[in-house]
Amino acid sequence: MSSKIKEYPGVALHESDFAEKKVLYTTWEPNARYAWDTGVAIGRYLAELKRGHIVGTTCHACRRIVVPPRVFCEWCFRPMDEWVYLQDQGVVNTFSLCHVRWDMERVKEPLIPAVIEIAGASKGMGILHLLGEVDPTEVHIGLQVQAVWKPARQRTGAITDIRYFKPSN
Amino acid sequence: MGMRKVAVVGAGMTKFVRRAQETGKELSYEAAKMALDSCELTLEDVDGVALGTAPDAFDGVHMKGEYLSDGAGAWRKPFMRSYVGGGTGVFAPIQGWYHVASGLFDVCLVVCEEKMSSCQPHPQGAFLTIFDHTTERPLGPNLLWIFALEMNRYMQTHGLQKKDIALVSVKNKRNAADHPCALLPEPNITVEDVLNSEVLAWPVQRLDVSPVTDGAVALVLASENVAKRITDKPVWIKGVGWSLDSAHWTNRDLYYPKYVEYAARMAYEMAGIREPRKEIHIVEPYDPFDYKELHHLEGLLLADKGDAPRLTAEGVTARTGNMPVCPSGGLLGVGNPIAAAGLMKVAELFWQLRGEAGKRQVPGKPITGLAQAWGDLMQVGTVIILGIGG
Repeated sequence: MSSKIKEYPGVALHESDFAEKKVLYTTWEPNARYAWDTGVAIGRYLAELKRGHIVGTTCHACRRIVVPPRVFCEWCFRPMDEWVYLQDQGVVNTFSLCHVRWDMERVKEPLIPAVIEIAGASKGMGILHLLGEVDPTEVHIGLQVQAVWKPARQRTGAITDIRYFKPSN
Repeated sequence: MGMRKVAVVGAGMTKFVRRAQETGKELSYEAAKMALDSCELTLEDVDGVALGTAPDAFDGVHMKGEYLSDGAGAWRKPFMRSYVGGGTGVFAPIQGWYHVASGLFDVCLVVCEEKMSSCQPHPQGAFLTIFDHTTERPLGPNLLWIFALEMNRYMQTHGLQKKDIALVSVKNKRNAADHPCALLPEPNITVEDVLNSEVLAWPVQRLDVSPVTDGAVALVLASENVAKRITDKPVWIKGVGWSLDSAHWTNRDLYYPKYVEYAARMAYEMAGIREPRKEIHIVEPYDPFDYKELHHLEGLLLADKGDAPRLTAEGVTARTGNMPVCPSGGLLGVGNPIAAAGLMKVAELFWQLRGEAGKRQVPGKPITGLAQAWGDLMQVGTVIILGIGG
């Protein structure tokens, strides 16, 4: 703001203005529904999860093995060459201990989201997932973890077919 | 490249507040009108309008750009809305710049508006849809995750502690005490206050984060012939740059924002800046979270990787330091109405370089400043360099 300006537009409303009904407003609740098609690459990824496998794709030009898989290499801008089965374990690249929901309500036990570098893919290729069966104070970057799968009959072909990752051994 | 020189000749902004009585259109009008009045231009002088505003979902208004256009002074004029997430506030003046630099317009009004309060109970409900709908959203993410994951990676890579980073929040909230439009001025805040604040998503705590905000900011851009006619103090746009990384964010090492470096290198090259640490006198990097200021100073090549916390601890980035960073008070102190917050940073450079920043004025008559914004899935960097003289 310039020192030449002496009056500043904008009126701040406070919670008391609403409690005392000093201001008017209208509300609306959208009922938006979506159905997202998986696409080609993620469709196969989900189908393999249902079978208990984590799968990636590889590009022979840049020699990366990537996960989540895609049908084209965004670096080389050419088709991926092969599907590659990866291990259902990896290492924690980074994590958080999350005490709030999206609406900022607090939760009792922290959720532990993490980026997990999947073994068998190129270095640094991680996926977002959750950690479980672990004391939050013992989680650290570099922790070796393995997938905990839902029983085969409960799997639906979704990222949640892996319940979470837990420390190896 | 055959581009015309472009100057910032006027600026305006509303107060940044948690919930404004005004609609987004009214906020836009107030900022745009102040910007035009500040350089004694009227709507008749404006050839086109560039608007920046974040997702339609915040307002529950589809085609929000068109809804806001009257307030942005766009009646029956060429009008463009741009959107690159949190990077929008610095991208909108870049868009305005190329319309004037190209020779298409002589005067372009740039307006950025955000009214985040409309989204109930919390705008995170709109934000969290940035995560991949099939591979990430079933895990129940919220927006804090990406910041917490990136901050933790940054801290771990460089062996940093929370207290090293909390200094940024303290500096910016204290700086904001001198900004008359600030939402969260905290002249007496301490590192202990930050470290003792509620843990939201470790390592992110309440006072590491900028607030949900309503507000608007506007700039007037003019070609050289117009600028020299209407002001003795044109502030030139010396360089611009922007870059976008992959949305496969879990495949990138989050400790360093390479895309910010690419954006900065583009802007430095255009501005003819070879030694940014000597040639940039004021920096307004994007600081929605305290660690982001440090992360961005490194990406902008203004600090070595992992060294920005030391510069902060030694006072180099204080308003009276050798390289003042966020003298405005930043998003942490002035507030974070997404697109408007980024443009506030550009407006701050304008006021600082003209010597109009009042109590916030940095000493030493700075002649070059840089503003930067960031956003999307930790993937966009937008950079603008302003300077006087030349």
